[in-house]
Formats: sequence, C-alpha cells, structure tokens
Amino acid sequence: MKIAICVKQVPDSWAEKKMVNGLLDRASVDAVLNDLDEYAIEEALRIVEPLNAAGATHSITLISMGPDRASEAIRKGLSMGADEAILISDPALSGSDALTTSKVLAKVISDGGFDLVFCGTESTDARMSVIPAMLAERLGWAQLTFAGSVKVDPSSSSVEIARMSESGVEVMSAALPCVVSVIEKINEPRYPSFKGIMAAKKKTIATKSLSDIGISPSEVGISGAWSAVLDAKARPPRDKGIKIEDSGEGGLKLAEFLQEKRLV
Amino acid sequence: MAKVLILVDHASGKVAKTAGELATFAKRAGDCVGLILAPEGQSQALSEQLANTVIGQVIAVESNDFAKHGQGCILDAITQVVERVKPDAILIPSTSAGKEIAGRLAIRLNSGVITDAIDFTSDLSATQSVFGGSFTVSSKVSAGIPVITIRPSAIEAEVGASAPAFEKVEVLISEKAKLVTITDSKPAVKGGRPELTEAKVVISGGRGTNGDFKPVEALADLLGAAVGASRAATDAGWYPHTHQVGQTGKTVSPQLYLACGISGAIQHRAGMQTSKTIVAINKDPEAPIFDVADFGVVGDLFAVLPQVGQAISAKRA
Repeated sequence: MKIAICVKQVPDSWAEKKMVNGLLDRASVDAVLNDLDEYAIEEALRIVEPLNAAGATHSITLISMGPDRASEAIRKGLSMGADEAILISDPALSGSDALTTSKVLAKVISDGGFDLVFCGTESTDARMSVIPAMLAERLGWAQLTFAGSVKVDPSSSSVEIARMSESGVEVMSAALPCVVSVIEKINEPRYPSFKGIMAAKKKTIATKSLSDIGISPSEVGISGAWSAVLDAKARPPRDKGIKIEDSGEGGLKLAEFLQEKRLV
Repeated sequence: MAKVLILVDHASGKVAKTAGELATFAKRAGDCVGLILAPEGQSQALSEQLANTVIGQVIAVESNDFAKHGQGCILDAITQVVERVKPDAILIPSTSAGKEIAGRLAIRLNSGVITDAIDFTSDLSATQSVFGGSFTVSSKVSAGIPVITIRPSAIEAEVGASAPAFEKVEVLISEKAKLVTITDSKPAVKGGRPELTEAKVVISGGRGTNGDFKPVEALADLLGAAVGASRAATDAGWYPHTHQVGQTGKTVSPQLYLACGISGAIQHRAGMQTSKTIVAINKDPEAPIFDVADFGVVGDLFAVLPQVGQAISAKRA
C-alpha cells in the first residue's frame, strides 16, 4: 500500500487570533501541526509497522498545502515516523477555500499513485471537517470517515471502520482505494523519540509549486474561491460577570440568579 | 420567488427538529421545498410529521441503498432532485454527515459551500461564528447554487398552518455510488435527556467531578438539561466521548450553560462561549472559565450543585 496522510499547519489553538480583510492573519500567530492529524499519522503507523516488520514495504507520505514554513509542522509528522513529505506551496494558494484545497490535494494524491488516504476529522482552525469527504468525491474513491477504529486487510485490499458520530455507530467497509478520517478517540499519538527527531532531519520534504502539479493559479486562492466574505468582526467581549465565594450558601445565590434571569 | 431546498434529517422513523428550523430560514428567501430521503415505504409517514412546519412542498425519494451504502447514494439522489427542482439555495443540517454531504454536493454542482452557519438571510448570505465564537463572519456564495449547512438550534422553528404537498420521485442510483457497504448500524442511545446541541440548558462536568457525574446529572434532570463534559472528563473515560463540548467535540449555544469543575481552557470555551448565559462553579478562583461567566461561584461543585437543586425544587413546590 502507498499511504498518503493529509496534514495541515494551523495556528496554535492557544494563540489569540486576528483577522485581516476577512482572512485569518496566519503570520502573526505560532503555527503547529494540526492536533487531529497526529491521530491519523499514529493510526497509519500502527497499521504499517507490523506489516513492514514482517517484510512488507508499505510507505507513508505526508501531503500538505501551506506556506513554506509549514515544513516545521510537517517535520513533526516525519519525526513520528512517516517516510517522506510533499508540500504544495505557492503564493497563489493564499486564501484558498476547502473546494480548492481538496482539488489541490486530490491532484497530488492521484498523480502520486496512492491507494489509501488518512486524514484527521477536521483542522482546529477552519473546523469544517469536509476535506476528507471532498477528497473521496474528487478522487471517486470510497469514503470511510469519522473512524473510531480501522481494520486494514492487505490480502483482500479492503478496509473496515466503525464510524462514530452523533447519529450512532456504523460499521462500514470498502475496497481500496479509499479515504479514511479518524476521530481522536482512536488512539494516543506517540511523542517523537530523539531517534525519530534525528531521523526526520534526513527525510525529504519535496516542495512543489502549482505549476509543478499542473494546476493553474487562476483556479485557486481568493480569485478561485466559490464564496466571498462580506464582513468579519470580532465578537464583543462578554461583560464581566458576578463572581462570589461559596461560604455555605453559594448554591442558594446561584439559584436566585437563575430564577431572576428566568432561566429555570 | 426564490426556492430553497432543505434536506429533512430523520432517524428511527422520526423527523429531526432541524427540519422546522431550516424551513424557517428558507422561508426568509422564498418557498421551502423539503427533501426526504427514506427507506422503501417510509417517506409518507415522515412527511406527515412536517405538517406543523413552514415547508410548502415535500419531495421524497425512497431507496434501501441509503442505509446500505451511505453518502454516495444520498448524493446521487440529491443531485438529481436539484436538477429537477432548480433551487436557488440548498440548506442542510450541520451534522457530521450533513457537512460531508454539503461538501461533496458543492463539488458536484460546482457551487460554493458554507458550513456551520448560525444565520441565513433573504439575500442567500450566511453568518458563521468562527474561532470558537471570537469572530462573526458573514459570507455569500459567489458561484453556483449556494450549499449551506446550518447549526441545530440556530433559530426557533416557525409553526406552519398546513401540511406540505407530497410528491414521490424516482432517481437512478449509479454503481459508483455503492463503493461503501454498511454492515451494521447502531443508532445513538437516546437517554431521557435532550440532545446536547438542541438543549436549551446544558450542564457540563470536568476534571473537578473526579469522575462522579451524579450531582451534574441530578441537576440536569431537574432542569430538563443535557449533560456535557470537558475533554479532560471524556479522555479519563468518566463520560462518553459523544458528550464532549469544545474544540474537538460539540459546539453548543444554549440559553444557559453551567460549567462544573471545568477550568475553561480555550479549547473548551471554543465550544460554548456563544451560550446566552454562562454560569461556572470551580474551586480555583483563577480558573479562566470565570472570565466568560456571567455568574461564577468559587466553591466545591459537590456542595453547590445539590444546594441549587434544593433551592429550585423548594421554589417549585
């Protein structure tokens, strides 16, 4: 199997965010590997490592779209154990929406001869959780998303997952090629070991421009976006509330507050 | 007059509350057409449950492939209904599956997509609350038929006067739509409590519960509230993952959110800070949850919660 994992560099969840002209100001905040992508990397490693230990040669490639500095986040994924990475970086991609992002990623995946794609369920910045489904649509592959468990059977080239969402649990299966997204409940991602960090320094991150992958700049970025931001404003901060110390009747005071506000 | 197609969500033979909510938004722009995708023989009964909504017309497609093969078949059906109805916008509930369907549909229709909207206006633009509610963004789809997913409980559903006209249509489901086979399906176990994202009151417990959610649940039952949990509590296995509120869990926006023993890390606040009123109980006076709380009690939740319950019961008696 040739496995691709889509990863994204995102602003640190802890950082305060700013918006400029309706877009997130990514330059002003610390950037990290999207938390949820680590679960995808971990799951792919857990599937591949025992098979490769038994003599198979399955590979794991990280694929990311982002600015040049996204290589820092990618390096973390490589130090966890992925083999190599492809970074699609082009000034024209700035402001791309999910439709464009999925188009770029799908092109790289289909040109790269991959047959299994892993993703996290969402990025912690945009939070749309549509990219895995969009990739399945663009590639014409099976969509196995929101997986709480994944079983890959290399002999029959099939994948079975338990999809866990608010509507319940569904067991579903499909033949390769397919797109799998995993929820964070699936595993506990490893910390990169010192050995892993050293090894990652020697791994290749192939940086490609749009022309390298054969997509025209006019199809992407803000000009290629299918939706436009009309207005973006910061939510006014919440008014400072009441804070009391419980000295035996905190519950009574809270009940009074709720009754006054007609909330109970 | 504009026409807005809405996807009517349903589970176990019951139409979801989102149908009336989406219809209310659709009505702002024009006529609302409800689309029901159901197993063989079940669409009529589902349609009858829409009598008190502002949906004017129902289009139903029946196929057992929806449950057997999932989203691929659902997309084939929606695409063909869209060609027939020619709507000016499509509204879909913002659930995990709803967002995925919207994303794939936008690709098929060569349209723009907006997810997690909290408002929809007559000019077909949508408002989203982003970065954990710290920004409000209004956007408009600039190409194709706008596909917009709307968060549950974003609006109070308007009550309609008459049952919608019902029409069943046939669609062709392609072999390519059947790549996935669903072999087993267990619907979410519904307790006596309301759905987290639909509840008017949410009471959540965190690390401070030490794994004992009894006082949280007791007050939730007294108030008819849903129970939520912080990631610390779900990671510890104290409460099911499906109840997690926060960045990687659910986003809730109830009338009242009560955070018990939750410090209020930014990831948790991202899932609840658009709640109308926020109340926090925490032993640590420096807990960041107090920064967003309208009413905060520095104290032990095991003492405070039962007292709140007693006071409210006494008042009701």
